[in-house]
Amino acid sequence: MTRVRFPKVALAALVLATALPAHAHKLWLLPSHTTVSEPQWITVDASISNEIFGFERAYPVDGMEVTGPDGKPATVDNAMKMHTRSVFDVQLEQEGSYRISVAQPSYFISYEIDDERKRSRGKDADTMLAEVPNGADKVKLREVLNRLETYVTLGAPNETGLKPTGKGLELELLTHPNDLYAGETARWKLLVDGKPASGIKVELVSGGTRYRDSQESWSVTSDHKGIVSIQWPAAGRYFLEAGTGDKNVSNPKATERYLQYLGTVEVLPM
Amino acid sequence: MRLRYLALLPLLTSQAMAETFSVEVEVPRLGVAEYHAPYVAFWVENADRSTLKPLGLWYDDQEKWLKDIRQWWRRTGRSQSAPYDGLTGATHSPGTHTVDFSDVEALESLPAGEYTLVVEAAREVGGREVLKLPFQWPAGKSPQQQQVIGTDELGTVTLTVSQ
Repeated sequence: MTRVRFPKVALAALVLATALPAHAHKLWLLPSHTTVSEPQWITVDASISNEIFGFERAYPVDGMEVTGPDGKPATVDNAMKMHTRSVFDVQLEQEGSYRISVAQPSYFISYEIDDERKRSRGKDADTMLAEVPNGADKVKLREVLNRLETYVTLGAPNETGLKPTGKGLELELLTHPNDLYAGETARWKLLVDGKPASGIKVELVSGGTRYRDSQESWSVTSDHKGIVSIQWPAAGRYFLEAGTGDKNVSNPKATERYLQYLGTVEVLPM
Repeated sequence: MRLRYLALLPLLTSQAMAETFSVEVEVPRLGVAEYHAPYVAFWVENADRSTLKPLGLWYDDQEKWLKDIRQWWRRTGRSQSAPYDGLTGATHSPGTHTVDFSDVEALESLPAGEYTLVVEAAREVGGREVLKLPFQWPAGKSPQQQQVIGTDELGTVTLTVSQ
């Protein structure tokens, strides 16, 4: 039974992924530090770009959530959308690990009118549906949940603030994301709504694409338990991207949903 | 002196105009999630780049990415503005395309000598590759053919120079 369902899900995800417009640029968060040894402020940038990690267009951070080592919201200041990036500062006061995430649900609508295909994005499904002109055909509303995450630790790492929320595509961080060293291997479990998700491709690319002639990206796919193993080729900052789709919508007006996990982690020299 | 030179000029020009300079470029098909056809620039340079002639450019009217054709940008692109010199057109989808540069003015006035055709490709959220094909100008009696095979962003590129 599982064997039959598995490729179906993967296929559905593939169909969805191709039905949506190409990712058109990468969405990412970039923390100024990931490992610190005394209480301090750090800063985080959020941008949409082709280049990792070169600012291009500001990614809105209205839906930003920073969870502290006690599992409670941490102090954030100076959130601002600038021309090429958004920024905000995070105060690291308590020892332990902080999860910084931006996971705003949005919608994608497509329809045909006068033999022309129209598509747009937005945050309010009802308004988007209301704006579809009369006589439009093949109206399709999709939910989109992009989860941007990064992690920062003051002192020794802990797990409390990193617990998955159970919503959308997430990672269960079996290997601590602030304990990554060149040559070592991280094991992470992909989850969709808190349940292990197998057959999902995670693409990785290291920072500094401006200074090389190829992306040098590679990918790993989650196994039957939803686990991926990632061996870090070198120290640096890495961008991770994974996506999948299904029909488990939360807004009944939508027919499908598309989920993405977009993470940034830092690997230190061994 | 001057008169003699002028007298020679029509002869030289008509000879140069008869040359064929044609490039066959393979744009490889790539299995990537987000594919954009590459921007490709063509130019001719001599060893010390004291002569550098832009021949053509494929791009999709998005000037933003022109800087990513890095060597072309450095050598000529950044000091030009649209319309760019040479045969300029839209990007080409995967497959083999032939471009005939024979009528490009820059070539017609190219002094005799040893040159390199440079083909540089840069792809949005992809990579970059530069291929170089040496040739003699003008062609001479027997046609010259050079072929280089790219590894990432370009497939087989063939240059044919003949009378």
